[in-house]
Amino acid sequence: MSSKYSTQELMIIASAREIKDGEVVFVGMRLPITAFGVARLTHAPNAVGLFEVGIARYEPAKDMLYTMSDPPNQQNAAWCTGTMQVMGLLQGGQVDAGFIGGAEIDRFGNINTSYIGGHKQMKTKLPGSGGAADIAAMSKRLLAIMNHEPHRLVRRVGYVTSPGGLDGGNARRKAGLRWGGTGAVITDRAILKPYGEDGELHLFSIHPGHTALEVKNHTGWELKDHPDQMQTPEPTRIEMDALHAIDRDGFWRG
Amino acid sequence: MQSKLVSLKEAVAGFIKDGDRLVIGASLEAAIPFAATFELIRQNKRQLDLIAPISDASADMLIGAGCAGSITGAWVGNVSGGLGHNYRRAMEQGLPHPLKVNDFSNFSLAMALMAGAYGMPFVPVRSLLGSDITQSNPDHKILQNPLSEAPDPVVLVKPLVPDVAIFSVPRSDVFGNAHFWGSLGVVQEAALAAKSVILLADEIVEPAVIASDPNRVIFPGFKVKAVAHEPASQYPSPMTGCWKRDNAFFNDYHQRSRDREGYLAWLEEWVLSLPDHASLRAKLGTRLDDLRIKGTALAAPANFASE
Repeated sequence: MSSKYSTQELMIIASAREIKDGEVVFVGMRLPITAFGVARLTHAPNAVGLFEVGIARYEPAKDMLYTMSDPPNQQNAAWCTGTMQVMGLLQGGQVDAGFIGGAEIDRFGNINTSYIGGHKQMKTKLPGSGGAADIAAMSKRLLAIMNHEPHRLVRRVGYVTSPGGLDGGNARRKAGLRWGGTGAVITDRAILKPYGEDGELHLFSIHPGHTALEVKNHTGWELKDHPDQMQTPEPTRIEMDALHAIDRDGFWRG
Repeated sequence: MQSKLVSLKEAVAGFIKDGDRLVIGASLEAAIPFAATFELIRQNKRQLDLIAPISDASADMLIGAGCAGSITGAWVGNVSGGLGHNYRRAMEQGLPHPLKVNDFSNFSLAMALMAGAYGMPFVPVRSLLGSDITQSNPDHKILQNPLSEAPDPVVLVKPLVPDVAIFSVPRSDVFGNAHFWGSLGVVQEAALAAKSVILLADEIVEPAVIASDPNRVIFPGFKVKAVAHEPASQYPSPMTGCWKRDNAFFNDYHQRSRDREGYLAWLEEWVLSLPDHASLRAKLGTRLDDLRIKGTALAAPANFASE
């Protein structure tokens, strides 16, 4: 066990663990790129990464990535193509897991990266969807990574950029989405997973050094306990080494 | 055939008008023709509609300079930095002036350009169901799939035809036949949909070089109206086989554009005080040399012989 790791490092490693070996994973911008690389170097050596710029990769890139378009992600890629082709596979139901970041998420896993306050009474303009709306709608399981603050984990987002469970229950199917939904929300304090008939996010795993009470106090709805609640294992030496190899300059774990 | 070689200044002055619907790079983070972004700012173009899934910080820079009237895209910000401060100021405070946004996702924008390219009346997608993008952009219409008996809502996306698409490419001949490789984003769809295409070529090569590998030509030269020879036109973004990304430049922009005064000082230093892209290259000096990709990882040749 490593005794020294930052909160950000634990969040990235906990996210990497949600990727299963052999899965085809659609990897979103920023932190998911690093988390996918860690998964590939540790427990998921046969996971395949798809990137919206039009790249499929087996081996993680040999050098530091600030964006998924950087030259190390191009060299020895399994496939260089267009956005249409990789996102077409997503629409075709050929992607096991999608992995995105977020700014605001609600108790049903709906994510807002567009307009805080909604598009009619916007308080803050965020960058928008990018590929996130597509990844959330069309991958078989959605993983989201974000910081855990009460203003970020809210009862109901003002604007759904990327659909999770919508209003809960079978709302997602009723909207016409044929599969998918939230698998896990990985934060810097905990992991939340949907539970129960309506699929509300519950407190599934508490990161070392944090308490259930503290996590709940930092959540904007009355966060309930998942029946299988556990403590997140500390990062292993192997995971930490993988993360440091992927994020050589420490840019994403700073 | 006649040479289409012009200067970047002439290309922007001659082929781009105020109010045009413009694609400035379409591979999301790589090969964004920032040299054209900077020249549009120098020539004070106005009311541009910026079409792109993501074009790293290019749109944010144009918004701050007052060149953009609207955004037709999926994401505006600074990919390694995060938020786009100029985008926020325009949307939240109307500075330097208000901005209209036509919301898309990357996939729906790719499909809209494909529909524009191929003359399709609309294109159905299964994305955006459940997303409020269909609320904030009423051009996206949800309707029942007429070919299905069972309930099957789909989203119809309206075709998109840009006036001009500008691309940085590693090499082109003087007639606009170009090679492009690595991840393609929506470059092909944008080039085929656009009424005209402008190329900024890192290198001008003999036509035989391009003709030797027609699979690496991703849109035909007849779409191209102008070719400017402009090394590192994609700076500070990366371009496969040519240039690495200048991450520090994006971070510096992110920090300095936090407030309007900081952005204006940045703009003066990096754009307005420089007459052209050659001056930017000269200002960067060894910093640019360090970003040049010097190694080789060559593709195996492909045989196109006919007998």
